[in-house]
Amino acid sequence: MDYSDKISHQVAGIPRSGIRDFFELVQGRDDVISLGVGEPDFATPWHIREAAIYSLEKGQTSYTSNLGLLSLRKAISDYVSDFFNVDYKADTDVLVTVGVSEAIDLALRALLNPGDEVIYHSPCYVSYLPSIALAYGVPVNVSTKKEDGFALKADMLEAAITPKTRVLMLNFPTNPTGAVMPTDELKKIAALCIKHDLIVLTDEIYCELRYDDEKHVSIASLPDMRERTILLHGFSKAFAMTGFRLGYACAPEPLIEAMMKIHQYAMLCAPITSQAAALEALQNGEAAMLKMRESYHQRRDFLVNRLNEIGLECHSPGGAFYVFPDISKTGLTSQEFAMKLLESEDVAAVPGDAFGEAGQGFLRCCYATSFEELKTAMLRMERFVKTL
Amino acid sequence: MNDPLLTLLQTKARYTNEELAEALCLSTEEVSQRISDWEQDGTILGYQAVIDEGNINSSVVTAFIEVKVTPERGGGFDRLAMRVARFDQVVSCYLASGGYDLMIVVEGANLRDVASFVSEKLSSLDGVISTATHFRLKAYKEKGFIFESDTPEGRLPVAP
Repeated sequence: MDYSDKISHQVAGIPRSGIRDFFELVQGRDDVISLGVGEPDFATPWHIREAAIYSLEKGQTSYTSNLGLLSLRKAISDYVSDFFNVDYKADTDVLVTVGVSEAIDLALRALLNPGDEVIYHSPCYVSYLPSIALAYGVPVNVSTKKEDGFALKADMLEAAITPKTRVLMLNFPTNPTGAVMPTDELKKIAALCIKHDLIVLTDEIYCELRYDDEKHVSIASLPDMRERTILLHGFSKAFAMTGFRLGYACAPEPLIEAMMKIHQYAMLCAPITSQAAALEALQNGEAAMLKMRESYHQRRDFLVNRLNEIGLECHSPGGAFYVFPDISKTGLTSQEFAMKLLESEDVAAVPGDAFGEAGQGFLRCCYATSFEELKTAMLRMERFVKTL
Repeated sequence: MNDPLLTLLQTKARYTNEELAEALCLSTEEVSQRISDWEQDGTILGYQAVIDEGNINSSVVTAFIEVKVTPERGGGFDRLAMRVARFDQVVSCYLASGGYDLMIVVEGANLRDVASFVSEKLSSLDGVISTATHFRLKAYKEKGFIFESDTPEGRLPVAP
């Protein structure tokens, strides 16, 4: 059967993820040290896993409210109020989702009419562009630059705004660059969003994992921004809970209501076991989270030092668990560098252009890997760079 | 344990000073100075391997012994506790709250070794009122390390 005319044009038009190609290459090899992962190297803290097990033992295996367990939404509301300094009502302004990924999809589908433009900054997480396209929006890229620490500049954003722009997507700290936003620049961006009547979708999944001394500021907390912001967060990174697939959206009630319309039919609700685990994470997870953050911090400093020693210029990113060294001086493209590094030294790191054209000339190295492996990876990379 | 160097030493005591320095972005000189200060002032008492004895067919017998004692006027429990602690067979000795006073961990080559230590040395000490000996059957966790034979499937090598 010829399936090519059976697949929707919208889906057929989405290119295959560059990460998937690379993944298949890596998977065929033994003894690879991978700096290519996008998740913590810790198992979920035991007390959180134990809470999930206990909920199963109690027979807590039913659906929950479409919005999620009220007890969890209350805990989220309190946590968000403490951490971000923005208040959301637990009963109407919080939606528990299957990871931030689902929340992004819901938000875009709830907000966009065909042809609406969505501005996103890249290099960025691989799902943004396809999610916009799948919601029949028009993705508009603003490239961030190494010299700005990969933060978004307000003047570059303004240049990309047209009468068709409806939504701005933000993700700080950023996957893959680890970039954080200086607060004064974020204020300028907020002013632009108000001036041009944009809705902001802010993916804050890495917000706890910051290693600079500045307090994390969400655009949702800036004056007059709560009403036009959908704040997305989850448990995967800070609490090492990627496999639980649990995230949430906080926004004014009409926006949550619109997202819920899709969520209730597409997903019904997030898994109750994961919700029980998430509740435990919010109530008692801070100590374990801080311990993991300290460990990432040490490894970030090590990796940044070593990469610069090797001659791959690398800024010290303020957050997440990625560094994004500049490999352009080697004369190779990101793909060539990553392939050759894999073939000659069995070290896997993701080519920067997998995160958008703005990532060309860079490499994403994840430091959520044991110190021993990081050390060996750096020795191998040093040997590799010397051969170029 | 707030000092990152002390925390790291607890699990990676075999790292060289260069490796410790590298891991914490300190200078090697600073690391060796601080460690030698801690060794001299008694903060660091020693370094040990944590061994899963199940893997080496060890026949060593370990017992946890609850000891009730009469505290002394003036010295409290300290003098007697130190007398107990100095025996080679005693690997750990703690003063504990609750139904007994001292919790000691004793190792011997075999059951008889431990039994004779308890009856001949420990019970006969002046001030020891009673003992209750519990033999270790199996270890599940030691010094923060879980004894686990099966490891779960790892992460995907590349993920977004």
